[in-house]
Amino acid sequence: MNLINVSHLQKDYESDGVVTPVLHDLSFKIDQGEFVAIMGPSGSGKSTLMHILSFLDRSTDGLYEFDGQDTKNFDDNYLAQLRNERIGFVFQSFNLLPRTTVLDNVKLPLIYSKKKNHDQLAKKALEAVGLSHRLAYYTNQISGGEKQRVAIARALVCDPAVIFADEPTGNLDSKSGNTVMHILQQLNEQGRTIILVTHETDTANHAKRIIRIKDGQLLSDEKVKERTIAQADKELIK
Amino acid sequence: MNFISTIKLVVKNLRARKGRSFLTILGIVIGVAGVIIIIALGAGAQSLILGQVTKLGSNLLSVQPGKSNEKGPPAQVFGVVVTTLTSGDAEALRGNQVPHAVAVNALVRGSATVTAGNKTIDTNFIGSDSYYPQVVNITMQSGQFFDSQQDQGNANVVVLGSTVAEELFTSNGLDPLGQVIKVKNAASTEAGGIPLRVIGVIAPRGTAFFQDQDDQIMLPLTIGQQQILGIHHLQAINIKVAADTYIDETTNNIKDVLNQRHRIKTDSDVDYTVRNTASALSMLSTITDALRLFLTAMAAIALVVGGIGILNIMMATVGERTREIGLRKAVGATNKIIRNQFLIEASLLTGLGGILGIILGVIVSYLISLLMQYLDYDWAFVVSATSILLAIGVSILTGVIFGLYPAFKASRLNPIEALRYE
Repeated sequence: MNLINVSHLQKDYESDGVVTPVLHDLSFKIDQGEFVAIMGPSGSGKSTLMHILSFLDRSTDGLYEFDGQDTKNFDDNYLAQLRNERIGFVFQSFNLLPRTTVLDNVKLPLIYSKKKNHDQLAKKALEAVGLSHRLAYYTNQISGGEKQRVAIARALVCDPAVIFADEPTGNLDSKSGNTVMHILQQLNEQGRTIILVTHETDTANHAKRIIRIKDGQLLSDEKVKERTIAQADKELIK
Repeated sequence: MNFISTIKLVVKNLRARKGRSFLTILGIVIGVAGVIIIIALGAGAQSLILGQVTKLGSNLLSVQPGKSNEKGPPAQVFGVVVTTLTSGDAEALRGNQVPHAVAVNALVRGSATVTAGNKTIDTNFIGSDSYYPQVVNITMQSGQFFDSQQDQGNANVVVLGSTVAEELFTSNGLDPLGQVIKVKNAASTEAGGIPLRVIGVIAPRGTAFFQDQDDQIMLPLTIGQQQILGIHHLQAINIKVAADTYIDETTNNIKDVLNQRHRIKTDSDVDYTVRNTASALSMLSTITDALRLFLTAMAAIALVVGGIGILNIMMATVGERTREIGLRKAVGATNKIIRNQFLIEASLLTGLGGILGIILGVIVSYLISLLMQYLDYDWAFVVSATSILLAIGVSILTGVIFGLYPAFKASRLNPIEALRYE
């Protein structure tokens, strides 16, 4: 079954009475367990698409079915609940809480959920990204690559259906970026759906499928022919 | 997310910003401490005034010459000399027309220069008939008060207040009893004075009506009137009434007697005023109430200023934590949760400010009461539960009121824009 089904999706921004179309007549489907890269240059509308798919924003027109349900009439509180339970976010600039430990950062989504055993779940998520030895560190005491892995652990902690990664390697050196991509590929191997948003072909090639967008319209939607497999960096993952 | 975990989260946030949190609540601390101190000062001052007024003896009525508003200042204050109150009036008030008068005491007052041996001091004197001890509560330290024979016979006797006795005699190791002092009007430039023999010393009484009762001497009425002041009228007649319940009735009795004796037909002819301790008390409490109201207004202003400080800092905090708010919303926080988080943060801050303010206020009020007691005033240390509850309630309310707008603003942030915010 399709996890995501988008059909004739339309998004306009209105400012001072001027309507600017951002997404135009987009249609595609993403299945459970896929690793999809959404690619496009700046201003192509890929971020807007990600915001709509991850329930941070609403479309102006068209159909968006998530897990078989039309999302049109979901209210704000239900969207917040969906973001908490079904969606994980990884941002380019990490967005970790300052003056807070690694463990508490990972626990953040749990305080808005009905789940119990927060410590246990957070530790398990940190283990999955190889950061069990950094639990009590404050976020200003760890490296950029480690910060992004904490963010991945935070995205994982509520066991979501899909992880959205918005330029996850954009602020990292190539070594750390490679590690982050390796972790995302591993998570996908374990059955997790990953949607990667990027403007770099090198990064996009880590996915199995690339959806290209330009000026808010679908340019191409094809499988990756020569997929890059990121190798585990033994120095970075202990 | 329940209430308890929101509070835990807020406490964590505040602890991470200890210095700023403290500065934020300083305004509230000062405002609340102000409220506590003012309420305590008001209660202390009231107990002091009550003590001063009742010390002279409760159930006391006083007839003073000259017409004045019973709650306003006496006519003498305006420099008016009224000579119509006489010893005859006092004698008449002792008659059966005033059945509930236990004792009637006629007196004059003035300042005098007193000489004993080579020592000269200035003090106050009271020229009184022998009924003084029956109207005012006094204890003799030694000797006795002059009796009616000594008073009416113009005996050359005097009774000293304890401070005067100490200064003139006891400090030199002399027994005051039997000593002779010379007394003259303080305004007189002539040498000498009237020689009076000391027959008693009154035990220390402290202050009453804010006048030192120990720094004065008591002498027979006619000596005070004729030989020192050179007058024939009285300056006051004090009447002790059998019980509180007879105050109004006795006041009317006194007016009847005096109206008859002074041939008064209309209200405008009245040439005396009858006062009682209760009306003196209400006059004083009018003043303290006004003062308290004024100070409370000042404290309220301090609280409002403190609240604006909270508003200001909370707005800055919301701005500063825009990304955090965006992130929280992205991972599942609803608008309501975000609003509650900031609202609880503001009320917790002000509630904490309230508690610190109460502690500060209680300490300062206690120190003031210690100081006042050290200065020999009957100052009670009163901090009421009402004032504490009021202070906490008002400070939390300040937090809610001034935290509402920033919390609302935070809850309405668009998560996409908030996450992009630099």
